[in-house]
Amino acid sequence: MAQIVSPLPGVFYTKPGPDKDPFVLPGDRVEAGQAIGMVEVMKQFTEIRSDVSGTVVSVNVAECDTVMPGDVLAVIDED
Amino acid sequence: MRKLLIANRGEIAVRIVRTARAMGIATVAVCSEADRDSLAARSADEAVVVGPPPAPASYLNQQAILDAAWMTGADAVHPGYGFLSENADFAERVISSGLTWIGPDPGAIRLMGDKVAALRAAREAGVPVLVGSDGPLPRSVDGDDTLAVARGIGFPLVIKAAAGGGGRGIRLVREEAEFAGTIDRTRSEAKSSFGDDTVYLERFVDRARHVEVQILGDGSHFIHLGDRDCTMQRRSQKIIEEAPAPRLPDAVRDRIRDSSVTLARACGYSGVGTVEFLYDPAREEAAFIEMNTRLQVEHPVTEMITGLDLVAEQLRIAAGEPLGRTQDDIVLTGHAFECRINAEDPARGFFPSPGRITKLTWPEGPGIRVDAGFEQGSVVTPFYDSMIAKLVVHAPARDKAIELMTTALGQLTVEGIATTAGLQQTLFGSPELARVEHYTTFIETAPGILEVTK
Repeated sequence: MAQIVSPLPGVFYTKPGPDKDPFVLPGDRVEAGQAIGMVEVMKQFTEIRSDVSGTVVSVNVAECDTVMPGDVLAVIDED
Repeated sequence: MRKLLIANRGEIAVRIVRTARAMGIATVAVCSEADRDSLAARSADEAVVVGPPPAPASYLNQQAILDAAWMTGADAVHPGYGFLSENADFAERVISSGLTWIGPDPGAIRLMGDKVAALRAAREAGVPVLVGSDGPLPRSVDGDDTLAVARGIGFPLVIKAAAGGGGRGIRLVREEAEFAGTIDRTRSEAKSSFGDDTVYLERFVDRARHVEVQILGDGSHFIHLGDRDCTMQRRSQKIIEEAPAPRLPDAVRDRIRDSSVTLARACGYSGVGTVEFLYDPAREEAAFIEMNTRLQVEHPVTEMITGLDLVAEQLRIAAGEPLGRTQDDIVLTGHAFECRINAEDPARGFFPSPGRITKLTWPEGPGIRVDAGFEQGSVVTPFYDSMIAKLVVHAPARDKAIELMTTALGQLTVEGIATTAGLQQTLFGSPELARVEHYTTFIETAPGILEVTK
């Protein structure tokens, strides 16, 4: 299992926009480098990418929740 | 007006408290859970926590703010800048709750918020405008009709979202081949960002400067308080401002000042407002960008050269007092600069730098003013705008003001977070700023500016 952690403090977004589909859902297949969410710091948005390929086990932070550096955002079951 | 609720945070909330207190008006700060111990919350007579840290749940939560006003017995609401300051629906709710709204009529906010309608109002008032599509770009049937409009303006041109503003919803099209695709992208982005995919076209001005006129009105009398230049920007966001605007031909200065007053009169404007212009130094032409219907971040440079307190003017006019000044009463003295001190790292693409301010020393001395929202020991949270303070100087002439700002920046110490102060120190030493040869994309394009800055 690989944990994707936030490198930044800020607000977590599961979707690229209010009317958009989530970046990933549990059960989805992800490739290394694919975005799994977004963290907003002072109005700047940073995409958070998976560093492994595999299957999404969980997205651990809810839409618009605050995160601190090191918080686990998602868990991926590596290939 | 006995008790003023301030629907904002940071330096501007502290700034508004200062004037209200001097006028004998009690103050209520609203704050998010993250700002409970902030300087702004502690500066006001009372503070009410209105929600969790993300702005939509707190500083943009209209009902929670109105509830806070009701709970504390506030009889007026000052929105500051940003957040709800240009939200006509909120202004209407404030007024219909029986409170005094510190700002213009909601109709004026709504008119200026629609960039196509604003442009039409500006043109009708005789404000110079850029060559463009003269209103919304029609929805293309086969692509040729919109391309004909674009060819009439010429390339390069810019596509702007009608609901955009403040540098957002704008795209540059360098050549014809990119046009159709960029229109589609701008429309779909505008739809998702602003809920409105109306766009219009304007001529692109290379190496433009940003100048603006400060307006003051009471609904029946209207004057200007001179102009400002806010050309030094990073990613379309101002970081250095000055007043008056330097190196502007008299004819251009007179035209933008007079037509801005005419525009204010045409919409029966009440309070402070700013008419923004793009200035093309090569053609010596100014053109309307937008009108901001609120107090501007950079209002202190105008206060320095006019001796007026713009927040006091806002409060007086909102309370129903007449303007009580004529244009002849306004005397501009000397030259002022402002640096927005942002918690950002210029060496890392202006990436935000939240954290605890472990050490903080502000410069002091004649002609130096600091409007700060933070102090030593404050935590700059990741949730909001990165500006922590504004450093303002006033001197008899522009070159003296540059010297004073250089000295002031040298006395400034901020530890624990990265700031833009080092970059600003570099810019105040640059020949381009001294000679007014900079332009709005100078920081991004001038070689070496970001490299030499630590």
